[in-house]
Amino acid sequence: MKASLHRREVVSALLKERQDLLVVAGLGSTSWDITAAGDSPLSFPTWGAMGQAAMIGLGLALAQPRRRVLVITGDGEMLMGLGSLATIGVQRPANLAIVVIDNERYGETGMQTTHTAHGIDMAAMARGCGFKDSRIVTTRAGVTRLRAAIHGKKGPLFAQVKVVAEKLPLVLPPHDGVVLKDRFREALGAKR
Amino acid sequence: MEWPEAVHRSLGAAGVRVVGYVPDAGHKRLIELCQADKAMRAVVLTTEEEGIGLAAGAWLGGQKSVLLMQSSGVGNIINVLGMVQVCRFPLVMIVTMRGEEGEFNPWQVPMGLATAQVLEAMGMTVSRASDASEVAPLVAAALKGEKAAAVLISQKVIGIKSFQEQRSQ
Repeated sequence: MKASLHRREVVSALLKERQDLLVVAGLGSTSWDITAAGDSPLSFPTWGAMGQAAMIGLGLALAQPRRRVLVITGDGEMLMGLGSLATIGVQRPANLAIVVIDNERYGETGMQTTHTAHGIDMAAMARGCGFKDSRIVTTRAGVTRLRAAIHGKKGPLFAQVKVVAEKLPLVLPPHDGVVLKDRFREALGAKR
Repeated sequence: MEWPEAVHRSLGAAGVRVVGYVPDAGHKRLIELCQADKAMRAVVLTTEEEGIGLAAGAWLGGQKSVLLMQSSGVGNIINVLGMVQVCRFPLVMIVTMRGEEGEFNPWQVPMGLATAQVLEAMGMTVSRASDASEVAPLVAAALKGEKAAAVLISQKVIGIKSFQEQRSQ
């Protein structure tokens, strides 16, 4: 089935009225997507450390059990850290959601196809790793339901959102890692 | 007090709440102590690289963590140490050495020889405990410094005995 959802619309819809949501974004397009939706000190977009977005989300979810944590990352970034699904499945943090924006492409390197373009089902992997709620989202109604689940449902939650493969204008967050880290901790009230 | 008990006490005193680990025979006792400690969350990892993301996330959320691994695991974290350096995340790793004197597995030797150099090349401060009594003070100092630091525990501190015991089990 051909994807019809557009990534920027999906991410904007997921982050609409985000309340106290803490957000981590994976290297590449998803960091630009969350910035296009509106930068926040409680967003941590990554410019490197490919494969670690979900684990940063786990560390944050364990440290802040009363806040909701949302990891938004790409299919290529998630594929590089698949073992982290097993690690998260052992810890089962109720406040963590991982959303993979799946365009079936490595978007930053020339739109080469990823494994998901060849039928590899990450939602099934997440289910096998103990994510009781693991879904593939292909419709706007599904995105609306996903946003509600991120805010209200007991996790951990995994979603693979199928989106159109498209090249979009870059919307860049601050790239100074110290700024990104310190603003996040200050906004949370943690000691510098 | 044996070094694992002393290190566990140092971790508690420093307020460490998250302990990421990939099992190692040399870390067996310390892992057990952390698992039994209700104030700590021991997180078993599939690869050491995950521990860097875990530590970064915990720090963003206001918590201190440590990572336990053996020297072969250092090879698995090189690229993601770039994030630690560029964001200036504090990170304390306790690394049990393989590939040193008495090593029975020659495949452990190359990474064991390169461990300190690799860490230093990626901006980590490296200290080495050559005696059991040195481990806990070095870990305490690393935690206090809130920098990216690795404490290497020489294989002779662990002894080759524990590895032989593991093999015969």
